Amino acid sequence: MRDELKGKIKLREKSDHPESMVQIKVSMATCGIASGARETMNYMIDELDSQAIDAVVTQTGCMGYCYAEPTIEVTLPGEKPLVFGNVNTKKASEIIEKYIKNGELVDGIIPDSYETINDK
Amino acid sequence: MKDLSMHILDIVENSIKAGAKQVEVELRYADNRQEITISDNGCGMDAEMVKRITDPYTTSRTSRKVGLGLSLLKMNAEQTGGSIMISSEQGRGTTVKAVFMTNHIDCVPPGDLASSLSILMTGNPEVNFVIRLIKDDNVFEVSSDEINEVLDGIPISHPKVGVFVRNMLKEVF
Repeated sequence: MRDELKGKIKLREKSDHPESMVQIKVSMATCGIASGARETMNYMIDELDSQAIDAVVTQTGCMGYCYAEPTIEVTLPGEKPLVFGNVNTKKASEIIEKYIKNGELVDGIIPDSYETINDK
Repeated sequence: MKDLSMHILDIVENSIKAGAKQVEVELRYADNRQEITISDNGCGMDAEMVKRITDPYTTSRTSRKVGLGLSLLKMNAEQTGGSIMISSEQGRGTTVKAVFMTNHIDCVPPGDLASSLSILMTGNPEVNFVIRLIKDDNVFEVSSDEINEVLDGIPISHPKVGVFVRNMLKEVF
């Protein structure tokens, strides 16, 4: 395994500065898992790999937007984090093509000022 | 939960929320019996909490009054003639063991174990996952620490690593 891994991964710069990479957090609570967050996360990993986009894709717990699962939080270098809701694989593709590659905002952003009934 | 791999994803989230830095996921197959054991070194629970934990209205969450993960696991295990066992010690960690009888008509399928386990490892870079598969006296074991050692500075959450780990686990599961 060790030899195969070293052969396949091109050792570019050492990642001492993760904030210079796109950071993607996928919500993976019960509601997210039941709504297909695993498929979303797998799709993002595959697409980002095939397009050679430097990113870190991690999991997080419930972000509180259970009605809009699967949700992901995307932080571009130097930008504020944005949370997207109802991210199926089609939406994930749009987010990668438009927001991550071109900085173009897409529909489905959950604003941080949004209050759910549980917050009232 | 449609398959066993989703249950594993879900229960491991509990371990992570409990602050675990090491989580062991063991899958043991013998005849028609599948045992899934998830052990962590998180904050653990007191005896009173352990008794109530499979009740869907018992949860450590503050934003919701419902926690369904363990309740759904218990339901799915018991409907196959299996069971779940939960042991915990406050300050030391928790172990959840679920037994499924795989020849039962109501047993949910295993699902995509390789991708679920790989996204656990790569999606939680702060946690050391130990994945162990035991089948017919054969043991396969891999850990995040081992993978990080080989990566030598490349983040385990990088998509390239995610694809590699998933393909590696697909050869086993």
